[in-house]
Amino acid sequence: MEHTGAPRTGGALEGTRTQPLVRLCGITKRYPGVIANDAIDLELHSREIHCLLGENGAGKTTLMRILAGLAKPDAGSLVFEGRPVLFRSPGEALAAGVGMVHQHPTLVPTFTVLENLLLVGGRRCAGEPWRDRGSRSRGLLGRGFRLPRKEAETAFGELAQRLGAPVDPHAVVGRLPLGQQQWVEILRALWTGPRLLILDEPTARLAPQEAAALLASLRSLKDGGTAVVLITHKLREALQVADRITVLRAGRVAGVIGPERLDAVRASGAEEPALLESEIVGLMFGERGVSAEELELAGAGRARSRSTTGRAPAPALPPTPVVLSVRDLTVAPRRQEVGLHSVSFSLRAGEIFGIAGVDGNGQKELAEALAGERPVRRGSIVLDGRDVTKAGVAARYELGLRFVTDDRLGQGLIPSLPVSLNLMLKRIGRPPWWSRTGRLSRTALLREAERLIQAFEIKTPNPEATAGALSGGNLQRLILARELADRPRVVVYLRPTQGLDARTALAVRRRIEEMAAQGVAAAVISTDLDELLSVCGRIGVLYRGHLLEVVENDGPGVEYKIGGLMVGAPMGGRLAAGADLDGDGASEELHNRERAANHELTSQPDEPTSQGDESTPRLG
Amino acid sequence: MNGAVSDSAAGASPAPAWSKPRRGLAAVRVLIRITVPVMAGLILGAVILALLGRNPWTFYSDLFRAGLISHQGWQAMLTRLAPLLLMSAGYVVAFRAGLWNIGGDGQFLLAAAFVAGLSPTLVAGLPRPLALLLLGLLGMAVGGVWTLLPSYLKAWFGVNEIITTVMMSFIGMNLAALLIKEAWRTESVMVPQTDAVPLDQLLPRLGGTTIHAGIIVAGVVVLAVWYVLRYTATGLRLTVLGASPAAARHAGLPVRRLIVGAFFASGALVGLGAALEILGVWGYMRADWNPKFGLALFALVFLARLDPLGAAPLATFYAVLDIGGHEAARTASLDSDFILVLVGLILLCLAAWQVLRLPAGERLTWWRCLGDRLRLRDTP
Amino acid sequence: MSGILSPEFLSALISGMVLAGMPLLLAGLGETIGEQAGVLGLGMEGYMLFAAYAGFNGALYGGSPWLGLLAGLIAGLAAALLVAILCVWLRLDQVVVGIGLILLGEGLTSVLHAVQFGDTSPRLPSVPGLAIPGLSRLPVVGDSVFSQPVIFWLGIVLILVVHLLLRSTRWGLKVRAAGDRPEALDAAGVGVTRTRFFAVLVSGALAGLGGAYLSVVSSGFFWPFMTNGAGFMAIVLAMLGRGRPVWVGVGAFLFGACVSMATALQLVGVDVPTDAVFMLPFLAVMTALVAFARRSYLPAALGVPYRREGS
Repeated sequence: MEHTGAPRTGGALEGTRTQPLVRLCGITKRYPGVIANDAIDLELHSREIHCLLGENGAGKTTLMRILAGLAKPDAGSLVFEGRPVLFRSPGEALAAGVGMVHQHPTLVPTFTVLENLLLVGGRRCAGEPWRDRGSRSRGLLGRGFRLPRKEAETAFGELAQRLGAPVDPHAVVGRLPLGQQQWVEILRALWTGPRLLILDEPTARLAPQEAAALLASLRSLKDGGTAVVLITHKLREALQVADRITVLRAGRVAGVIGPERLDAVRASGAEEPALLESEIVGLMFGERGVSAEELELAGAGRARSRSTTGRAPAPALPPTPVVLSVRDLTVAPRRQEVGLHSVSFSLRAGEIFGIAGVDGNGQKELAEALAGERPVRRGSIVLDGRDVTKAGVAARYELGLRFVTDDRLGQGLIPSLPVSLNLMLKRIGRPPWWSRTGRLSRTALLREAERLIQAFEIKTPNPEATAGALSGGNLQRLILARELADRPRVVVYLRPTQGLDARTALAVRRRIEEMAAQGVAAAVISTDLDELLSVCGRIGVLYRGHLLEVVENDGPGVEYKIGGLMVGAPMGGRLAAGADLDGDGASEELHNRERAANHELTSQPDEPTSQGDESTPRLG
Repeated sequence: MNGAVSDSAAGASPAPAWSKPRRGLAAVRVLIRITVPVMAGLILGAVILALLGRNPWTFYSDLFRAGLISHQGWQAMLTRLAPLLLMSAGYVVAFRAGLWNIGGDGQFLLAAAFVAGLSPTLVAGLPRPLALLLLGLLGMAVGGVWTLLPSYLKAWFGVNEIITTVMMSFIGMNLAALLIKEAWRTESVMVPQTDAVPLDQLLPRLGGTTIHAGIIVAGVVVLAVWYVLRYTATGLRLTVLGASPAAARHAGLPVRRLIVGAFFASGALVGLGAALEILGVWGYMRADWNPKFGLALFALVFLARLDPLGAAPLATFYAVLDIGGHEAARTASLDSDFILVLVGLILLCLAAWQVLRLPAGERLTWWRCLGDRLRLRDTP
Repeated sequence: MSGILSPEFLSALISGMVLAGMPLLLAGLGETIGEQAGVLGLGMEGYMLFAAYAGFNGALYGGSPWLGLLAGLIAGLAAALLVAILCVWLRLDQVVVGIGLILLGEGLTSVLHAVQFGDTSPRLPSVPGLAIPGLSRLPVVGDSVFSQPVIFWLGIVLILVVHLLLRSTRWGLKVRAAGDRPEALDAAGVGVTRTRFFAVLVSGALAGLGGAYLSVVSSGFFWPFMTNGAGFMAIVLAMLGRGRPVWVGVGAFLFGACVSMATALQLVGVDVPTDAVFMLPFLAVMTALVAFARRSYLPAALGVPYRREGS
């Protein structure tokens, strides 16, 4: 560690209220082709919520992974409580008092909540600064041979109560709803009583109400003396809770907004925040022009429903014909899923129908059932007057029913195959690209590939480059090109802008609207309510596999109404038309199912989940 | 995450240099990729030989003389190559579809037993070409049928095929022995074996050599498999299934049919190899005969799994080792199982070499590991 | 056929079951630990052969079966160390390394055996049993179960030990996490490589015990390829047992019973072709798979080398 400089105490004292808990100096991290972090300086203080803002890919996550010991910086130093440190593993970071809640789930799905916490080890000592007495004596068996289940349970109860997290310590994590799993992630990060808690986009998969509760508990944590880092790309969230904001852009610090400024803005009237907002958005997106949409993407201000953004649907137009009609669609749940229960809706040509819901409430099931990837237990899917319930993926694709998946690399594409073949995955064996004997015609294939690459602006060195070498935005363009090619009728979008940078996300939304203008019906299934509010005419809510009330996106208050539905508190108290259960019946059924699940748990407490269902063991 | 990071890099899509290697260099690389680890394996083998008090130099020169250079050697080697090529083609088909057909030995022996058991009757009763054709098809059918249960369990219930093919392999081997002893046992000799058919009534020899026509069949079949995998829709479907079952389902491929089909084709190719071996080399089968090509070939092919043509040189090398090794071991008064040691060492070296030639970003070389441990800094 | 339920038959069946089942039990327990940690020990057969050879030598020259078992354990450990370095640390392909190890084990032990005992074929004295007072006088089970060597009882105890190790210790928790969601283990601050490394070593040590049992206790001598698929069977048992040692034990002894059926039948004068009888255990597994096990639940990350994302 030749880069470990002496702590620059002089610099730390001016302009800050206290000695920083952590100081990052000149952190640089390169990946092949990219500099993720470029000489970043950052200070984190106890009793502060520090928000890291920036677009996707700005380097926020990489920086925090370095702090949590998950990645090694190429240059730069870390000073923790005045001591220079280098975390070579997450264990060392944990032992020093850095806890992190990751963006992706990092719990063992087959373990109970308590077992997941016990994995971390160290026992929490309420109040006092925590030290892992055992961390130095890590032998073959770790500290202590037997699991201290009893003590852990007591400690867990205490911690959960303090946070107001309603989690059953004996529930198997994989069977908990996603919101609860997020709580478990946080509990685990807090389990060792860290001095610094890092949360990477913790609200991305939560309903608005859950997110609010989470932010509130972060405040109480902060008051308890913990330093909190909140990574987010939602400006609104940051302004709500932050004591200090650092904006990253393209791996560099674009600007810092101190506590004084934030306090002042909060104290003042309505004009000030708007000013600060546009300033921060300017920092996030840099020199290039900031459009109103980008402001909206950054989550600035209130979410705008269509009526407030002046893009209200014209109700006077005669209704277009129904292209897709789904009746009573029921799908059996697989492991760790909720399935679908009597979902009914219909789509008119050119309509954009939104389906909101917290992740894991049947989104994947619905999308895959519509695309023909899953067997349907009951109900019907009618496309342009033809019953396609029994038709397979290829047939539905041919008829114009398309599916833009959110699992781009895992499901949508084959990273090891060239772009050209990936564009044709759903048309393998079709003429004119394949001859009647099944021989591939390279020229026809390349012609089609080049046409699509151009039409959808896929940036690839050539059509033969492997898809895995493309960036996230281009992967999505590739999938869009495949699904929107050749006369689509109905397109199901599953979380279409997930993980994309703001500009690509915007382009994707424009594309959805463009297609709708050409008469293509769209079902946008998303967990991002703001996104749905900005593009959809009607929005339905999926909750535990039921399609609850369908709401017209027609004015203020819609957001809260939908938010309520998302957490299963139906304000209307009834399910969507066509459902065979009333609200009470549904909840009772859910209750029974949970009980059944719990029973199953006790009889088979440790059945490992096979993740890849019937897939091959991933040995290669 | 890497994708997300690179996305921000001014929209540039970085196509790493390794994604499109230049043609000429690629050939050299393939050569290096195989030669270096093979040499390393042979050197390790030499160390063991020296420890056993044998002269490694004599051993290896005997090996290559008997397996490749001498007149008899290359003929014996090419004869041995026929079943090996077909078996490796069979493994390639299964690997392409992401299936672990570990039960090659069982499929091989059972097919061989059926061919050996029925050939006396068929050869006696039918014109030679027809009899040979039927026997070849019989071998394919038996090998293919022996994969049906594993593929059915795999496709419909997701039962792991490593378990089922290994089980079927053991059942197949015992069943083969049982059939020979109980159903087709000859009365002419004491050892349990089938009735022998004179070799001149079976596969013809290639002009003036001891090599039988099976090697041509094997070559044609390998080329056909290569063509199908590389240029046809079926090949692409199998590749998609093998690369990602989730993507195959997403793309609407008939996953179950593909699994059963690929498994069957794999077993059929192995069975054809067995038929050629019986019809070209033996003319009969002993109950305790088990050449055990399966495991070593499985691993060698695995290392070249993307390409049936790439598997051919490895199969050839294995044939050289197998033929020459027996001879060399006998001369050195070692047990002939020493070949297994050599193949094992070469396998380990081949596997180790693959780590070193990963793309730069993926590579985590042992010296870097060491470097981390010695607290040396990464080179930026 | 009248003798089929006679005491001699049952006694032979049960003692044969123990003899054939014990190596499988030990290796199966080892494989269970490895698989739970996400490492497919395809080289079991190799571990066992090395250990059988080393165990035989240990017992022969050391003069005590215990030394033989110890030598076997050490040989298994050494082979596993090689696998751990290659597969866990260097992340080489587990299938190729496993097969390489099998071939090495088969080849080396066979060659060494020929060099060392080419003409002589020494035998070990049979291992004295530990007759449990009272129980050993019982009919049928007295001779077959309650007069087994101490190592048998140790094996039975090992089932419990492995069960507790996996279920109720911190280490077991880590091992299972390493197999199921290594990212989670990493995020919890525990080294995945370290956890898997030790799991593979333990797995090798147990397989080594099993291999030594084969030569030292079961047969009393060594011959090439003596494992005869036992390593594969152990893998299958571990997969079918789904990480539950008790089921591995049940499977191992059922398998042992099938194997010993042939000798037991011959003993009472029923002549069934040995090949048919040897098929029995495998047929039993297949039947069980067709009838019940719809899906074999394997740890999610089995066989996948762990590499921390973007580090």
